[in-house]
Amino acid sequence: MRRLDGSVPFRGGGFHPRERWIAGAATLCVLIAFWQFGTWAGFLPTLFLPSPVAIAVTLWRLTVTGVLWQHLSASLARLLIGWFAGTFFGMATGIAAGLWSVTRSPVMAVVSALFPIPKIALVPLFIIWFGIGEGSKIATIGLGVFFPTVIATMGGVDNVPRGLIRMGQSFGLPTTTIIRSIILPGAAPAILNGFRVTASIAIVLLVAAEMIGAEQGIGAFVLSAGNLYDTDALLAGIVVLSVLGLVVAGLIGALERVLLRWR
Amino acid sequence: MSHGVRLILDEVSHAWKTLRVLDGITLTAEPGEVMVVIGPSGCGKSTLLNIMGGLLAPTSGSVRTEGAIADDCLNPLTYVFQDFSLVPWRNVRDNVGLVLRHKLTRDAVAERVREVLALTGLSDFGDAWPKELSGGMRQRVGIARALAVRPACLLMDEPLSALDAQTRDLLLDEFVTLIGRAATTTVYITHNLPEAVRLGQQIVVLSRRPGRVREIFRVNRPLTGRSADDPDLKNLEHTLWRIIRDDAAVAERERIDAPA
Ligand SMILES: Nc1ncnc2c1ncn2[C@@H]1O[C@H](COP(=O)(O)OP(=O)(O)O)[C@@H](O)[C@H]1O
Ligand SMILES: [Mg+2]
Repeated sequence: MRRLDGSVPFRGGGFHPRERWIAGAATLCVLIAFWQFGTWAGFLPTLFLPSPVAIAVTLWRLTVTGVLWQHLSASLARLLIGWFAGTFFGMATGIAAGLWSVTRSPVMAVVSALFPIPKIALVPLFIIWFGIGEGSKIATIGLGVFFPTVIATMGGVDNVPRGLIRMGQSFGLPTTTIIRSIILPGAAPAILNGFRVTASIAIVLLVAAEMIGAEQGIGAFVLSAGNLYDTDALLAGIVVLSVLGLVVAGLIGALERVLLRWR
Repeated sequence: MSHGVRLILDEVSHAWKTLRVLDGITLTAEPGEVMVVIGPSGCGKSTLLNIMGGLLAPTSGSVRTEGAIADDCLNPLTYVFQDFSLVPWRNVRDNVGLVLRHKLTRDAVAERVREVLALTGLSDFGDAWPKELSGGMRQRVGIARALAVRPACLLMDEPLSALDAQTRDLLLDEFVTLIGRAATTTVYITHNLPEAVRLGQQIVVLSRRPGRVREIFRVNRPLTGRSADDPDLKNLEHTLWRIIRDDAAVAERERIDAPA
């Protein structure tokens, strides 16, 4: 026998991280400030790692001369066309695989066989098929986006509560209405999650494809800057890519807030 | 002005793979009457109701309807679900509208939605999301949606069993009024005996799995006049309990073969 006297000790709490964007922004500022200080003080060699101020100046110069926009617009066009094409066909395929037995196994087989192939390894093949121009780059991005979209969409469709689909059937709703009003919105959270992944994949593939064969585009710009040991320009290009990633993530977040208001 | 249909089940049997769930069920729900089906859990009540409404094809036997339906009836056999089955990304108004849109003009949809929300006391909740509503309010939406299509036969699968006891009593009273007014044929599944005697005009007792019709009781008393402490109804409740008690005890100890 032991005695248990006294107040009950607190043992809950924790395991509940909260988002504080101030903390995130402050961390980035501190890192950049440290970096700037390091180049000033001389322990970061500026040829290898130019200072943030130098990068900002280069970025400004590239902007006012229009060089940046020239490359960025070429990249954005490829990114948008490739991503939308991959997303459109990926969602259609994913819905079909999620809904019907005749499509499910064939799609699964093809996805399992082709998804693991690094899409970048296919760029030379695509150049043979579609030429060195836009076609091969868009195809690379589209294919890279396609497979994760199929998987995310199919998973989303699988997770739509069957009871809701039965409800739709029991009220005699047409199949198109069931797909549009029950299955697609029900799968939307998973599909939007997939967008986050595919947007990043699209940017990675964009840059890689542009490095293999392009005159224009951020990837080509970064590569040629590297070849000239112009690290200011090289990092300016990388900053642009990073900002592009942030903007895309922000857009998807906004889309989620609108489409998933009901949650 | 009864516009219910007669619903006839003829020797309906069903098996899930090798599990025999229903065995030779022959029943008739008369036009405008409330047929209550009770039985121990797992005896196949939900399976039976899904067969009645054409959501599930029975292994053998047939289901048919007889009678005329009103011109404004959009979905003769209409369910009210135990889990409400509301679409979480549509507000109350659009949940009801969803089942009308494919048949009616936009104005007609709005008109019917307004009417059934008023009928179920939901007029102020048209903009509410399902997640903002209590269980009782959600099931009111389920009822509103079902009434909106002017059904000839309501199929209700334990519509109150997801609710707490007080809400259940309140909603049961509303059901009595609404079912009485809609004058449809109603098949009401429950394992709650007070609900059964309060609503049933025909009470069907199923045996434990495989479900067979054990006994049928008729209560010739209008729904609206029934009170909870009517001695005849209390007696009937006790009789029902005696009949299903042993089955319920056995069923409760049976292995559950698949999620219901
Ligand atoms: N989709 C299904 N697949 C296989 N077995 C099922 C399925 N649905 C129900 N069952 C089984 O059929 C039996 C009857 O289920 P159900 O009709 O839901 O009973 P009740 O509604 O009377 O509780 C149960 O044993 C259940 O496990
Ligand atoms: Mg059930």
